[in-house]
Parts: sequence; C-alpha cells; structure tokens
Amino acid sequence: MTPATTPETAPAPTPASAPVLDVRDLGVSFGDVPAVRGVSFEVRPGEVLGVVGESGSGKSVTASAIMGLLPSSARVSGSVRLHGRELVGARDKELNALRGRAMSMVFQDPLSALTPVYRVGDQIAEAVRVHQRVTKEQALVKAVSLLDLVGIPHPAERALAFPHEFSGGMRQRAMIAMAIANDPDLVICDEPTTALDVTIQAQVLEVLKKARDETGAAIIMITHDLGVVAGLADRVLVMYAGRPVEVGTVDDVYYRPRMPYTVGLLRSIPRVDRGAQRRLEPIEGSPPSPAALPPGCPFAPRCPLHVAACDEAEPPLFETGPGHLAACIRWEDEAASEAGEEPRSPEETEAAEEPEAAEEAEEAGEAEEAGEAEKAAVPRGEPVLRVEGLVKDYPLLRGAVFKRRVGTVHAVAGIDFTIREGETLGLVGESGCGKTTTLLEILELARPQRGRVVVFGHDTARLGPAERMAIRRDMQVVFQDPLASLDPRMTVHDVVAEPLRTHGLRDTGRRVAELLTLVGLEPAHAERYPQDFSGGQRQRVGIARALALEPRLLVLDEPVSALDVSIQAGVINLLAALKARLGLSYLFVAHDLAVVRHIADRVAVMYLGRIAEIGSVDAIYDAPAHPYTQALLSAIPLPDPARERSRRRILLEGDLPSPADPPSGCRFRTRCPKFRTVLTEDERVLCVEAEPDVLPVGEPAGDQGAACHYAEKLDVVQPRRNSR
Amino acid sequence: MTLPEEEVAEELTPGVPGRGPRRAPSRGRVVVRRFLGSRQGAAGLAVLVVMFLLAFAGPLLSPWSYTDRDFTAFLQPPSADHWFGTLQTGADVYAVTLRGMQKSLIVGLLAALVSTALAALVGAFAGYFPGWADRTLTWVTDLLLVLPAFLILAIMSPVFGEGTWALFVLMLALFLWMVTSKIVRSMTVSLKRREFIQAARFMGVRPVTIIFRHVLPNLSSLLIVDATLNVSAAILTETSLSYFGFGIQPPDVSFGTLIADGSKTAVYAPWTFWFVAGLLVVTVLAVNLVGDALRDAFDPTSTRPR
Amino acid sequence: MAGFLARRLLNYVVLVAVAASLAYMLAATALDPRSNYADRTPKPPPAVIDAQLTALNLNDQVPLLERYAVWAGGVLHGDLGKSVTGSPVNDDIARRAGVTFRLVLLGMIVGSVGGVLLGALAAVRQYGWFDRVSTGLSFAVLAVPVVVLANMLILFATWVNDRLGTQVFLVSGEYTGGLDTGFWGSAVDRIQHLVLPTVSLSLALVAVFSRYQRNMMLDVLGADFVRTARAKGLSRRAALTRHALRTALVPVMTYFAFTFGALLTGATFTEKIFGWHGLGEQLINSIFTNDVNTVAAIALLAAVAVLCASLASDLLHAALDPRVRAG
Repeated sequence: MTPATTPETAPAPTPASAPVLDVRDLGVSFGDVPAVRGVSFEVRPGEVLGVVGESGSGKSVTASAIMGLLPSSARVSGSVRLHGRELVGARDKELNALRGRAMSMVFQDPLSALTPVYRVGDQIAEAVRVHQRVTKEQALVKAVSLLDLVGIPHPAERALAFPHEFSGGMRQRAMIAMAIANDPDLVICDEPTTALDVTIQAQVLEVLKKARDETGAAIIMITHDLGVVAGLADRVLVMYAGRPVEVGTVDDVYYRPRMPYTVGLLRSIPRVDRGAQRRLEPIEGSPPSPAALPPGCPFAPRCPLHVAACDEAEPPLFETGPGHLAACIRWEDEAASEAGEEPRSPEETEAAEEPEAAEEAEEAGEAEEAGEAEKAAVPRGEPVLRVEGLVKDYPLLRGAVFKRRVGTVHAVAGIDFTIREGETLGLVGESGCGKTTTLLEILELARPQRGRVVVFGHDTARLGPAERMAIRRDMQVVFQDPLASLDPRMTVHDVVAEPLRTHGLRDTGRRVAELLTLVGLEPAHAERYPQDFSGGQRQRVGIARALALEPRLLVLDEPVSALDVSIQAGVINLLAALKARLGLSYLFVAHDLAVVRHIADRVAVMYLGRIAEIGSVDAIYDAPAHPYTQALLSAIPLPDPARERSRRRILLEGDLPSPADPPSGCRFRTRCPKFRTVLTEDERVLCVEAEPDVLPVGEPAGDQGAACHYAEKLDVVQPRRNSR
Repeated sequence: MTLPEEEVAEELTPGVPGRGPRRAPSRGRVVVRRFLGSRQGAAGLAVLVVMFLLAFAGPLLSPWSYTDRDFTAFLQPPSADHWFGTLQTGADVYAVTLRGMQKSLIVGLLAALVSTALAALVGAFAGYFPGWADRTLTWVTDLLLVLPAFLILAIMSPVFGEGTWALFVLMLALFLWMVTSKIVRSMTVSLKRREFIQAARFMGVRPVTIIFRHVLPNLSSLLIVDATLNVSAAILTETSLSYFGFGIQPPDVSFGTLIADGSKTAVYAPWTFWFVAGLLVVTVLAVNLVGDALRDAFDPTSTRPR
Repeated sequence: MAGFLARRLLNYVVLVAVAASLAYMLAATALDPRSNYADRTPKPPPAVIDAQLTALNLNDQVPLLERYAVWAGGVLHGDLGKSVTGSPVNDDIARRAGVTFRLVLLGMIVGSVGGVLLGALAAVRQYGWFDRVSTGLSFAVLAVPVVVLANMLILFATWVNDRLGTQVFLVSGEYTGGLDTGFWGSAVDRIQHLVLPTVSLSLALVAVFSRYQRNMMLDVLGADFVRTARAKGLSRRAALTRHALRTALVPVMTYFAFTFGALLTGATFTEKIFGWHGLGEQLINSIFTNDVNTVAAIALLAAVAVLCASLASDLLHAALDPRVRAG
C-alpha cells in the first residue's frame, strides 16, 4: 500500500547529505507533567519539515527545546544534535554561540516578539553584531539589505522605524530578516503566519521560500494549519498529546494517512474548494490533558477505530511504508478501509468523484438535507435585516499620553446588504475591513451615523425603548472568543438564563436544561463554571445563550476562529443543523473563507469599509469577479499538496492602506493586480477617479454583484471538476 | 419560525431536573486553598487574628484600664504589675497600647471598607459611562489627588473632637480611594469591551445592572486585595495624623498618639516606644502579607514555589 | 500637539485653582486665628484684635467669600497674603522652599534609583536569596510609618553616637549654625545632617519601587521579545539588561507620579521630626498657629508640585517609550 510517488508531486529532499538536525527521543516535562514525549526526527539541508498539531500537542515546546530556550523549570531528556553536536545539556555559552548563527527562530506573534523601545533596524543589526565582528554602521547596512531581501519597501527608511509603526506582516518579515541575518543552517518557524491575514500569510510564506532558497537553510515549520504546510513542506510530522503520531512525506500523510487522528484532522477541515455538500466530520471529544493521559493510545477515547487493544499500551511508530511511520496498531485496517472506499490521491479522486458525493449526501443527516433542499430552492423570504448605505467613522487618536485626534477612520464607508428569513449571509474580509464594526453597528440598534439599518422591518433610527427591547429579544449574538464571551464568575445556568431573566421570564431551570440539550451539552453541566469546559463546549454554551429567547436572527462574530480544527467542525455542524431545524437567519462574520463556504448561502466580501463583492456562495467561490475576492480566495492554502504545488497564486502587494486615508476612486486599486498589470493607462483613469458601486455581474444577471469597473469572473480555487 | 415547544420537548431526556443544586463557587474554594497554602498568607492571617484577639480580649487579662493611673509608678519599666511598664502619667502601657490598637484597627478596617467601596463605584461608573459622567468623576478624582490629603485632614482636625471618630474615618477614606478608582476605571473600560459585557448589553440588560452583575464581580479580586492593603494604608495614615495631634483626640488614644508620646521618652524609657511601635509594625506587616498572598491566590498565573 | 498641551495645562490650572480655593475655604472655616489672642496677657481689647485680624485678612467676622476674594485677588498678583505674625507669606515660603526641595529631590533620586536597581536584581534571580531577602525587607519597611521610622533612626543615631563617643549623625536641623570650618568642614556637617532624613524619606520609596520594578521585570522576563533576544544569541545577562530592564522601566516611570504625593507627605513628617526648617515643618506649625494664609499657600504649592510631577512623569514616559511619543 505504498505506491511510488511521481517526482512532480513529491520532490524528494536532496539525499545523501548529512542531517542538519537530528532529534532522538526528545522529552520535555514541566514538573511531573510531560509536555513532549519521544520526539524523533531529522532535517536535511534545504528541507522543509512541517510539524502539525493542535494547541497543546507539544509542537512549540519541541521548538523551544531545540533552541534551548525553555524556562528553567523544564526537564529535557533525549538528544538534539545540530551538525552532530549535542545541544541537550550543553552549556549556555555554547548555545549562545549557536543561537542566531547556526539555528534561528521566527515566532508566532510578531507584535510582541520585537522589543518595543528599539528601532527595527537596530534590532536586526544587533543580531548581526552578536555573531560577526563588524562595526555598528556595517551591521546597519547589512540590516537594511536584509529588510530589502524580505521585501520591505524603502528599507533604509523603514529600518529607522519602531516596531509599532510596522504592520503585522512587515513585523514578521523583519523577524525573518533577523532569523536569516547570519545565514543559519536551520530556521525554526513557530506558527509564523497564524496571527496574519491570509493575503499577508501568502506573502510571508513566499518570503520564507525565498529565504530558504537564499540561505539553503533547513526549515522546521510548526503550524496547526494543514493548508500552510501542504504547499511548503517536504515531509510532515503530526503531533498529538506531546508525541509524534505520524511522519512521512507530504503526499503520504495527506493522501495515504495511516493514523486515524490524521485522517480525522483532514476530514474536519473546512475547505474553500468544497462547499456545504460535503459535511465536515468532527473528531469527537477533545484532546487529553497532558497531566492525565489515558493509559493506552492517547487518541483512543476519540478514535473511530478504537478497539480494546488500543487501551493496553501506547502504540509505537509502525513503519507503514518507506519513510512513512504511524503510531496506530490498526494502521493496516485504515489502509484497507481507504483502499476500499475513500481514495484520496488526486488521480484516484477524480475517477471516484460521483460515488463519494453520493455517499456524503447519504451521510449528511436529516437536518442537512432539509437545509440543502431549502438552499436549492433559493428561499427569498421576508428580509429580516436590511442595511443601506451604512457609514461609521471613528476619530483616529494618537499617543497614549498626549492624546490627540489626527484624523478620521472610515471604518464602514457605505455598505448595503439584505438577509432574508432562513438565510445565512457570510460577511468576510481581512482584519481592518470593517466587518466587526458593521456587526456592532447593527447590534447597537441605534441611529447609524449615516444610512439605514432595518431589523425585522423596523428602522433602528426610529425605535422606542420598548420596541428596541423587543428586537433585542429576536436578535441575538454569538461572539468569537468563547471564554471571553461568558462571564467567568457565573455558572453556566446563570449565563444561559441571563437573557431569559432580562426579558422577564422567571422559571428558567427547565428552559436552560432544554437549551443545553439542544446544543449537545448535558443539563447537569448547568452548575459548572465556564472555565471547567473545553473551547468547543464553551462556544456551545454561548450558542445556547443566544438561542434562549428563540431569536429569529443570530449574529455570529467569528464563532469558530478561536477553536481548534477538530473542534471547529463540530460547532459548524451544530450551527448548520440548528439553522435548518429552527429556521434561523444568520449574519456570519468571519475572516476564514473556507468556514463561510460551509455555512453560508450568500457571502459579502468587504475591503476597507466597502463591499467588494456579494452573491451566492457557489457563484462567488467558483467564479469570483472582483480582483480582491480572487486574490483572497487564491491566497487560502488548501490541505492538498499536489494542488497546492500546481496552484497559481495571485499575490497582493503591500499592506492594507489606512482606513483613515483610503485611496481615491476604487479603494483596492493600490494593491489591485489587475490595475497594475492588465489595465491600460486609459482604463486606469476610471479606477483612480470613480469609486465603483456594487453592480451585477455575469449573464444572466443574477445575485452576484461586484464593485469593480472591470469585473470579470475567474476561477481561482480550481475546484474539482464536478463542483458546479 | 422559532422552535416549537413540542420539538424542544422531544429533545429532552425525561426527568431533567430543574435548576440543579448550586455548588459553592469552586473558584472561591480554589482561592481559599491557594491562600492558606501559601506560607506568608497563613502566617499573616494567624498574626492578624492574634492581634485582634489581643486588642479586644487582651484588656480583660489586665487589672488596669487605659484610664487608670498608678500614682505609685511613674515611668516604670515592665514588671509583674505593669507588663509593659508605665508612662510618665502613671498609665499602664499594656492597657493604653491595647486600647490604641483597638482604635487603630477599627479605624483602619472601616476606612478601608469605605474607601474601597467608593473606589469601586466611582471607578466603575466612570469607566462604564463615557462622556460627561466619566469626565466629571475623573475630574473629581484628579482634584482629590491634587489636594494634599494630609493638609486637609490636618486642617479639619479641630472638627474631630471627642466622639467624632466616625467622621475622621470618613475623611480618612475620602483620601484613600483615588488611585484604586483610577485602576478600576481603566479595568472597567477594558472589561466593557470584553465580549460577555457586550453580550449582556446586546441582550438588553440595563447598564447599572451590568455594572453590579458583571463588572464589579469581575473586579472583586482586585477590590479585595485593595481593601486589604487599604487597611494598612489607613492605619499608617491615622498613626501619622495622630502623631502630630491631628487625628484621634485625647483622652482617646491610638497608635499615633502613643508613639508621639513614647518617642519623647524613648531614649531613657524604651518601653514607652518600642511596644507600641512593634505592635504597629507587626500588625501592618501582617495585613500586607495577607493582601499580597490574596493577590497571588486570585491570580491564576502566579506560581509561587513556597 | 500645541493645542493638546495647552488644553492640558489649562486643565491643570483649573485643578490647582479649585484645589487651592478649597484649601483656603477649609482653612478659613476650620482654623480660628482669633483664639491666638486669647492667651495673650494682657488680653488686647476686641476692637484691636478685630483691626489686626482685618489687616491680615483673617477676621472671621468678615464674610468668608469676601476674605476669599481678597486672598484670591492677592494670589493672582503673586501675593500670598500675610502670616499671623504679620510677615509676608511670600518671603517665608521662598526661604523654606529651597530646604524642602533639596530634601525631596535627594530622597526621590535615592529612592527611585535604589528601588529600580534592587527590584531588577531581585527579579533576575527570582526566588533566589537576594529576592527573598529584599522582598522581606521591603515588606518590613512598608509596615513602618515614617513617623516611627524617623524616631527609630534618631534612637539609632543616639546609640551610635554614644557608642563611638563622637557625633557621627546629626539629627536636628539642616546644618550647624555658626560653624566656621571652611568649605569642607561645612560640607561634612551638611552630609552628617542629611544622611538620616534622606534615609527616612527614601527607604519607603526604595521599598515601593523595588516591589514594582520587580513585578514589571517579571512580567517582561517571560515576554516574547526577550525570547527573541535570546534566540539571536544574546547571553542571558545581555538580553535582560538591554531588552528586559529597558522595557520594564517604562511603566515604572509612570508610577512615579503616584508616589510623589506620598513623598511630599513623608517630607513633611521628616522635616518636622528632624527639625529641618522647610515647608512641611511650616505647614504643621501654621496649623497650630491658625495661620490660614500660610496653610493655603502651602496647599497651593503642593498642588502645583503634584501636577508638575505628573507632567514630568508623562514627559519621561514619552521620552522612554516610542509608542507614546509616536506622532
């Protein structure tokens, strides 16, 4: 069951070279709690190793252990060899000489990873001067050239800036510049793009590739996003509960996974290239606490293939193919079941398209079917929410001590959309596009600065207190961070009962129990506190609270973005089922286009306070007409290595312009690939002078509209042949 | 198009208990455990309990009351008769010290309570209601910060005659709350952006209810710690004021008045100074230790290997 | 920027005006200059007392608002009024302000620098012996009020002087009057006078700052940018001093404004106990002598000083933190 991979689909790492890094049986524990157990791998020069795992899987601790940057309370065992030199137990002085020169690291949060009080250029120059005998001036020159290398415009000027004057993407570029300052042999990237927007993520990943080509360094890429590594890594290591559970080439791991956890992870990711027709399969339960691991296989309690033997001992890594290891005693069964029903490699996939689709439709529950039917019929019920020309400005303040107004942020600059009964509108866009402001403006139920918000037929500008209260009852909200949205001092019962009490219902006990059951929690959980729950369960509590008053419209602000992939799928499925069952309408605000594809009927893409494109989900994802939508969709990495490698990516240049000073005419033109490369001088005049309105595109002129003077449909996701 | 009751009923497992019995707040228990688990917290609390017992039960053990004068013993060192010695007036040091301690403890506790309550209310309202309410309250806070507290209290001292120590407590509290109030205000501003407060707002809960139901309980750890530390601040302020004759007025005594008297005779009659000073320092130290341990107990991120 | 500063200064002026006015009203209501004449022998006739009080703008038979108007008018012209003895308050204050300024400045510098250093050292070796000892000591110091501390220092000085049989520490006044020992002699004399009051004033400040700096430092020690500095290959000590200490200083400097008021109060006690003829001593004396104008003048000065400290701390903050001065 190990077919030879073709050279095009899996470029083999240059063989015969000695590994840069050789990790053997690495273990890290904090007190009595093991964080990392038995991690072994090697990385060769120029190779990219992807380390994938959910939060708490020990991947970041592994990275810190290699760098020798763990707090002193950690106990490290095993061996880490860099060019054959043992690092575990090495003296700090030795490590100091290696860190930053032979191996370097890029951290997750670029905001906090740079010292706020020093200039960026100086911080990079410092990295140079630690290891090279050069003058301050020489180091600064080197810093500027490094900034140039990682694609920061006007590097000499920007080197004088402080970190807070950089955008997130630029800070991460500066971090990469610092990491490659001394031509290291190994660069460890710990979730380098997690804090960034997708279009910026695409840019940074390009920079990383360039940095690898430039330095020939090996890269360890740590991430929770299976899409990010698919196109970048040569080999992948999947971690679960502090331990590697599957290792192999990208193609082996993605197309022929042998560990049920990897299989589950791959099936639970929402993908932009597959719509709601494919039901997500969540992994039951949640990852074990490292302090209380189950006796046998740590994944056994959540495993669909679980048998009694799984609980006896933790399975070792079995060799399931050349260079492919999986920690599952039933890996052969997994291989067999895959051969029988779920072919996954690209060639096979296309051949088996139809049966799979049929099967998935079958799998999808009653609820799904109902939702599907409704969607197919294009419900055009009564509008529950209508937004017309909504505008919201903020004063732009500068300085923490000497606060003063320096301008106006045009957070929302005139947007229109309508949500009808039973419909889900996904409002998507990158950070700073105004989607959350829009949502808050709607929820305020007050007179907007300009424009109109009409909820259930009532104009919010003309609401009396009683009417407003009545609307609050019918319109509820679910927030992003499930812990932050639940008062930590209240029991779950009190949390869910709060809307009931506020609206004058007294006997709450029964209703709370009903609601908890409805969202898949035990009624007995009512007496616990939010912090006793896992992330997914907390979000279910939040949903139960939102449903308490039987609302008609649910406003969801990034409801799954704080959750791990395996948990996220369950919440998405719950939302879909509730919608079908209760006939709810959703306004679903998200930055993750893949999630939106799975839940929404219609989608509106925002850019810098305006709607760039709006239309039905399938229309927009399959044939986006606005260059921004196209770039956004093409920037999303797919968890599909072959397709990732062959994809044409539309890279946007630069960062989001400041919403305090948007470009004239079309707001997107400064970054628009079409404006820069396709349009003629004459055509561009229109873009510079006139702000485009959302106009219908395509014929027959349907639901889809784009705010572009030169809108043109283009398939950028390259979906599978049959998906409409 | 909402969920019909019948359908909900289907979802229900039969015999779902109504509102389940509430357990004691698990968080509270955790805090108590962590607090008592820390050596300094336990020690501080123990000392404090002893001090209270001493202040309120101690006088019963001695035949002397704080108003008594022993005209056979002026400025005598500690003896079996006068455990802490006597003052120049013949008063028993043990009796007056405990009396002073009573007064100082009561003044400290009450002033801390009042000032923390004031800080919580002013800070929370200023933080929650931006605009004129915030500006007014912040301005008043700033004004009181600018006014030299000691001076105002000292000027007012002629008003604190006999039996008006309650007024003194109020005035003391009036000058203790500002810094905490500023902290409460900024925390309220950030709490208000937190999603659970937004959620409450968007479901229609009234602002004042939100302040009392969500904001203040979530600041309770800060407030408890602050109240504790304010006890020591109040005792110290009271001592200083009384030392200069601006606080507790004779014939009543407090730590401050006793230290003022004692310091004059300390060189040749150390017992008149050191017993009072020692008890004061130990009391304040104990209060501070309790406050610090409470802060650690409330802070889930602190790990103290003690 | 200019507009902002102007608004801020205006707000300060208003705060000072209100604070000083309140202080004046309170003092004029609560203090009773007339009683000063009660003990005089022979007791002056009421008419004479009235005339004298009116001349000093202290007559309680004149309506409060009228007295206030006279006082405020004087203040606006730079005249703080007359003390109960009839001497101008201005002269008195000017003479004493220098004394207090020297004491406060020295106490502040010793206190903040010492505190920051101790706190940083303690944080670097968290739970080491130095951390434990300095934590314990700062707790102990914070439990000792200045009045007790000052008296303890005096007792200690007396003991040391007795033991050594020579006057090492001088505990009364700023310098010995009529000393004729040349420049070095009087410098030594001044230092002998200065040591204990400075210790008394700055010890609590050291304790407060060291606690605060330690906590800030501990927050920063775990920060990502310190990890970045280490990942660059900087040694632990270099990462701590160049990145952690420098960044942790920023919030500590803002804390400075909060402690300034306490410092002034501490200076008051210290002056009074050590017999320095500064503003603090004058304040306490003037309350006992029912000297309304002097009390109000000192309140005014204290308010100005507190606001200046707050402004200075903001400027310092801006100087240390590029995020704040960002324009």
